[in-house]
Amino acid sequence: MSTIHPTPSGTRDVLPDEMREMHAIAEAVRGVFGARGYGEVHTPALEYEQVLTRGDPAAADPAYKLFDEQGNVLVLRSDMTIPIARVVSTRYASAEPPLRFCYVAHAYRSVRPQRGQDREMLQAGIELVGVPGPPGTAEALTVLCEALDAAGLTGYRVGLGDASLYAALLDAHGVPAGGRAAILHELQTRDFVGLEREVEALGLESDATDALLGVPQLRGGAEVLDAAGPAADGLRGVYAALPEAVARRVIFDLGLARSLAYYTGAVYEVYDAALGAPLGGGGRYDDLLGRFGRDLPAAGWALNVERLHIAIVGERRGEKL
Amino acid sequence: MSLNGLTLAVPRGALIGATLDLLDRLGVGTGEVRANDRKLLFEDAGLVTMRPSDVPTYVEAGAADIGITGKDVLAEQSERAVYELLDLRFGPCVMVVATAAGDDRLAEALRRLGVMRVATKYPRIAARHFERTGRQAEIVEVNGSVELAPLTGLAEGIVDLTATGTTLRENGLVVREEILASTARLIANPVAHKLKAAEIDELVARMREAIARG
Repeated sequence: MSTIHPTPSGTRDVLPDEMREMHAIAEAVRGVFGARGYGEVHTPALEYEQVLTRGDPAAADPAYKLFDEQGNVLVLRSDMTIPIARVVSTRYASAEPPLRFCYVAHAYRSVRPQRGQDREMLQAGIELVGVPGPPGTAEALTVLCEALDAAGLTGYRVGLGDASLYAALLDAHGVPAGGRAAILHELQTRDFVGLEREVEALGLESDATDALLGVPQLRGGAEVLDAAGPAADGLRGVYAALPEAVARRVIFDLGLARSLAYYTGAVYEVYDAALGAPLGGGGRYDDLLGRFGRDLPAAGWALNVERLHIAIVGERRGEKL
Repeated sequence: MSLNGLTLAVPRGALIGATLDLLDRLGVGTGEVRANDRKLLFEDAGLVTMRPSDVPTYVEAGAADIGITGKDVLAEQSERAVYELLDLRFGPCVMVVATAAGDDRLAEALRRLGVMRVATKYPRIAARHFERTGRQAEIVEVNGSVELAPLTGLAEGIVDLTATGTTLRENGLVVREEILASTARLIANPVAHKLKAAEIDELVARMREAIARG
């Protein structure tokens, strides 16, 4: 009888059969990155805590902390975006933008007990630095779709929303700053029953109430942008800049709220019917690099390679959600 | 196809009667579910039946596109990545703190011992409530007949769900605090919510209308 020496929950060994398939996905995605002029970077898995939290105290969410020989606090990175923001400001302090970086690297998150979540995940993604607004977002989405195509996923869709849209809607209807935290919390936690309660508590005119409740529930083609008025101007610009092959993958989702606080504009997630959870996502973070001393607009995304693998296998088996 | 081809997770237990009544009003055939309380999967009707506390699990994983369960379950499993779409209004009940009638044993324990023991099937709701109100509580997780705990000295009080208060009264317990009012909710898987947006929205509109008609 063999002895079992366990690995920590949420971590696993990858054996040659799976490794071969994951490697094929990573190589296909790398091919797209290279063809599009994105240079691959490697950054340390361990970073100083004070550097990561400069990017975003919540986003850094360092689940694993340790002390080095001098007593400095080190953390395992929870994503690659903040480390690359650090690289841009320190190693490319005077480089002429745009800058294009890509990575295939592990990131680390805390897990909730008994949920089968991963502590360590393999991410493949890009960061596009110095190309603002619609053209930059459109390029990031184009590379995203090309990467998914190259990986062999066929049925995917890209949910596209705007992190600044709901704030613009609240501005347009004159909702005071004091009443916003509770409303945004309901949106963040995907609770439309709670959203209805909070918005109705504001006692606004009925058309304002209808807009604040209705707009974040809109999902569909470009026609849903009409209902959002000027608040959707950013998304209209992105849509106009998208090539046809990308535009037909897009589902506008005016209530899309990603959990990281550093997003400032367009945000997106990748869905496939073969998996009940998003395969990855990203967005614009035009303020993040400024916090590291190089004030440049930027956008990026990361795909979870393990989930992508599951979805590809699922599609080939003809599994439906 | 009156569920628009969607798979709905149906809660067995206290909510099943009103859930099936609602589905009848939407024109979903529930006869087979009513006639058969052992069978779990009803593919023709697009229904799967399960314990209410399992509904968020199936919906989050995408094993069901949408589901019906109580707000109490959703509050206890607040980390689940599901959309909460509609208050279905049925199955009203309240999450309460209760103790034996007479002197408030919880308050006494807190005053004299600095900590109180609370038995519950809802450890996360209970812990959050006492943390939010700044009291130290030792949460004792039990799986049923929570009312027994304060009567036998396992705990000074309980956090539990009550609809009419009958069970509490029959066991000599009184409500000290209300934590949360609960009704049945319609929830959706986040991927289905995008990929099957039209189907889900149409069903939500019909449910909303059926509820308004009463």
